Amino acid sequence: MIQGRIQNFLVIGFVALFFAYLFGPLIVMGLTAFNTSGFPRVSPWDCFTVEWFDVLMQDARLVTGVRNSLLIGIGVVLLAVPIGLAGALMLMQIGPRLRPWLYTVTISPILVPGVVLGISTLLFWDRIGLMFGAEEDSIFYDGIFLTIVGQATFISAYAMLIFIARLQRFDPALEEAALDLGASHTQTFRKILLPFLRPAIGSAAVLAFLASFENYNTTIFTIVSSSTLTTVLASKVRYGIDPSISALAVSIVFLTLVGAVIFEISKRRETRRARSQMAVARGEETKVRKQRPFLTEPAFIMFVLIVVAGLGTVYFSGTVGVEECKIAVKEQRQAEIKRKIERRQQQQMFQSAVDTQSQSSSDQEDSKVTAKGTEGYQSVFSPGNLQGEIETQAEEEQPVKGTEGYQSVFSPGNLVSPSSDEPEEEKPVKGTEGYQNVFAPENLSNQVPAENSGN
Amino acid sequence: MSADVKLESVWIRFGDFIAARDVNLHIKGGEFFTILGPSGCGKTTLLRAVSGFLTPSEGSVLIGGENMAGIGPNRRPTALIFQNLALFPLMTIWENITFSLEVKGVRKAQRKKRADELLELIALPGQGEKMVSELSGGQKQRVAIARALCAQPEVLLLDEPLSALDLKLRQHMRTELRSIQQRVGITFIYITHDQGEALTMSDHVAVMREGIIEQVSDGTTIYDEPDTAFVASFVGENNRFAGKVTNVTDSFAQVSTPEGLIRARCSKSPESKVKTGDDVYVFVRPESLRFVSGRLVDNQMKASVYHEEFEGNMWQVFLDISSTRKRVKMSYVNDGSIRSHSGEKDLPVGFSSEAAIVLPQGPLAAE
Repeated sequence: MIQGRIQNFLVIGFVALFFAYLFGPLIVMGLTAFNTSGFPRVSPWDCFTVEWFDVLMQDARLVTGVRNSLLIGIGVVLLAVPIGLAGALMLMQIGPRLRPWLYTVTISPILVPGVVLGISTLLFWDRIGLMFGAEEDSIFYDGIFLTIVGQATFISAYAMLIFIARLQRFDPALEEAALDLGASHTQTFRKILLPFLRPAIGSAAVLAFLASFENYNTTIFTIVSSSTLTTVLASKVRYGIDPSISALAVSIVFLTLVGAVIFEISKRRETRRARSQMAVARGEETKVRKQRPFLTEPAFIMFVLIVVAGLGTVYFSGTVGVEECKIAVKEQRQAEIKRKIERRQQQQMFQSAVDTQSQSSSDQEDSKVTAKGTEGYQSVFSPGNLQGEIETQAEEEQPVKGTEGYQSVFSPGNLVSPSSDEPEEEKPVKGTEGYQNVFAPENLSNQVPAENSGN
Repeated sequence: MSADVKLESVWIRFGDFIAARDVNLHIKGGEFFTILGPSGCGKTTLLRAVSGFLTPSEGSVLIGGENMAGIGPNRRPTALIFQNLALFPLMTIWENITFSLEVKGVRKAQRKKRADELLELIALPGQGEKMVSELSGGQKQRVAIARALCAQPEVLLLDEPLSALDLKLRQHMRTELRSIQQRVGITFIYITHDQGEALTMSDHVAVMREGIIEQVSDGTTIYDEPDTAFVASFVGENNRFAGKVTNVTDSFAQVSTPEGLIRARCSKSPESKVKTGDDVYVFVRPESLRFVSGRLVDNQMKASVYHEEFEGNMWQVFLDISSTRKRVKMSYVNDGSIRSHSGEKDLPVGFSSEAAIVLPQGPLAAE
C-alpha cells in the first residue's frame, strides 16, 4: 500500500522532471520575451511588455532572414520530396542484391557532416559557374539557390526514408490489380500509389521544411552574402542579443501550436465523419449527417476566440502602462542604491566619530577607509564587501550608477546613456523613505503625488 | 463473350528453379476449370503467365486463339481475382467495382449506374458508398468478383480466393461462384489447393505437381480413376500397399505385397500400364474397405482396431493389419445398424478388386 504510493510518487516525480527538462528552457525563454529588461532574463522581473515584438518587426535583417528561410524551405520541399520519392520507388524495385549498396549510397548524405556538404556545394557550383563563364550575380553564386540545392542533398534522403517506410506497407498486388483491370502504368501510379503515399508526402514535406528552416551548418557556407534566420540569429548571439530573439521564438512556437490545433480539429472532424458513415452502414442511422463547413466548426470558432482574446489581453497588458512601470522600476533601483549609500554614510559617520575619539589626527581617516577595504578582501565573497565597495566609491559621488551596472556586467541597461540619468541624481533621495517598505499603503497617499510633482 | 485458353508447351524458369515444365492445357470457352495442386507446385505462376504478369520462358499462351506474347496484363481480356483480393483500400465500394471503367474515362454517372447493376448481381445492393474496411470477408470476396466482372473479361482468373474465409462461408461461396459463372457464362480458371473446392465447382480439374500437369479430367474421373500415384495420394484419402506385379490380365493385375496377394484393376491411362515384375502401389479408398463377416471378396486380411472416430454420419476406423502391423483407415456410413468395434482384434477386413487400383510407383503427395 505504502510502497505503491511511494512508487506512484516516484513515477509522478520522474514525469514532472522529464517535462520540466523538456519545456523548462522554452518557458523561461518565452517569459523573457515579455520582460522590459534589455537582456533576455526572467529575474529580476521588470515590466510586462510586448515591445520586443515591435523591435522584432523593425529588425530588417531578421525579417529578411525569415523571408529567405521561408523561401529556401519551400524550395527544398519542392526539390527534396520528388527526389526522395523517386529514390524510394527505385529502391523498392531493384533487385535484393543491389539494394543494400544503393541504399547506403543514397543515405550517405545524412552521415556526411553538414559543413562538408556546404563547402562541397559551394565549390561544385563555383566550378560549374566557371565552366559556363557565369557572372558574379548569376544563379551559381546566388545564396538562396545554392542553399536550396545544398540542403536538398541530405533532406531528400530524409524524405526517402519516410517514403520507404510507407512503401514497405504497400501491397504490390494493388498495383497488379489496377494493371489487370486495364489501367496504364501512369494511371496506376496516379490513382493507386500516389493516394496511398499522400500521408507520407505530407510528412516528408513538413519534415523537409523544418529541417531546412533550422539548418545552420550547411547554410552558413552556401548562403554566401545573403542570410537566413539561423545565420542572422547566430551573428546576433555573437554581437549581443536582446529579447526580440525570444519574441521571435515565442512567435514560432505560437504558430506551431496554432497549426497543431487546427490539424487536430480537422482530424477529429474526419474521424467523426467516418464514424457516422459506419453508423449508417450498420443501419443505426438513416443518413449521413451533413457536416458544417470548417469555418463554422464550434471547436474552431472557440479556438479562434481563445487566440484572439489571449492575444488581445497580452497586447493590452503589454502596452498600457509600460512606460510608467519602467520609470517606476528605474526609480526603485536608484532609490535602493541611494538608500544603501545613506545607510553607509551614517555608519561611517558613526564610525568616524568613534575613530576620532580614539585617534584624533584627521589624515588617518583616509587610511581607515583603505583599511576597511582590506578587511573586505579577507572574506572576498561575502556580500557585505560590495556594500563596502559602494561606500568607498560613494564618496566620489558620481559612479554610483555605474557600480550597480557592474553587478550585472552584461546588462544592456548599462548602455543606456548615463547622461540622461544624471539630472535625476538628486531626486530619488526623497523617495528613499517610501521604498524602504515599498508596499505599505501609506506610501501611496503621500509618496505618489510627491513623485508626480517631481516629474 | 468467353474465350478459350491454350497453353502450348509452356516452360517457366526462375534461375535454376523450374515452376512449369512443358505445360499443355486446353481450357474451353465458358468452362469452370480448376488447377489443383499442393502449395508451391507452380499453379499461381501458371495463372500469372495467363494474366500477363509473367512471360513464359518457353512456349506460348493463347487466349481466344490469339497469341498473347508481348501483350501486357492491362491489354489482355483477362481479369484476376487475387488471393488477398487486393481491393483498393482508399476507394469506396462502387469506385472499386468500376475502376476498370474509370481508367477508360467513362463518366461518373454511367459508372455509378454500372456499379449499381453489379452490386445487385453480387447481392449487395445499396452498399456502394461504404469503404472496403466496412465489409465482412464474404462481402469483400463478392466485391472483388464484381470488380473483375466489371472489366468484362473473357476469362476470369481466380487465385485461391476462398482460402481466407471460414469454412461455412467457403462452402457458401463455392455455390455462389458456380452460379455466378453460369450466369455470366465466361471462362473461369480457378486455382486451389483445396480438393473439395476443385471437385465441387469444376467442369474440369488439372492436378499439378512440381510444375507438371499430372492429370486433366472431370472431378469424378480424378477421384475414381487417378492416372498417377501422386493424383491418387493427393486427391482424397487412400490406403496404399506397395508390392510387385506377379500377373497381369487385360484389366486386372495380381500384386504381391507383404500383406499378401492383392488383386486390383489397372489404370486406363496408357502411361500407367503395368507389366509383370513392376514395382507398383495398390490404392484403396477408406470407404472401399469393409468388414467382411462371411461374405467372400477378392482381397481379404485380418486386422485389429486401434482407434475409432465417430463423426455422426460416418465412422472412421483405424486398423492394424495383423500380419505386418501396417496401419490402414476405413470409413463407413452410419446407417444405424453398426456398433462400435473399439479394441476388437483380428477382424476379417477386405475390399473388392474393382475398388482397388494399381499404379506404377512414383512421387507421392506429402502426408
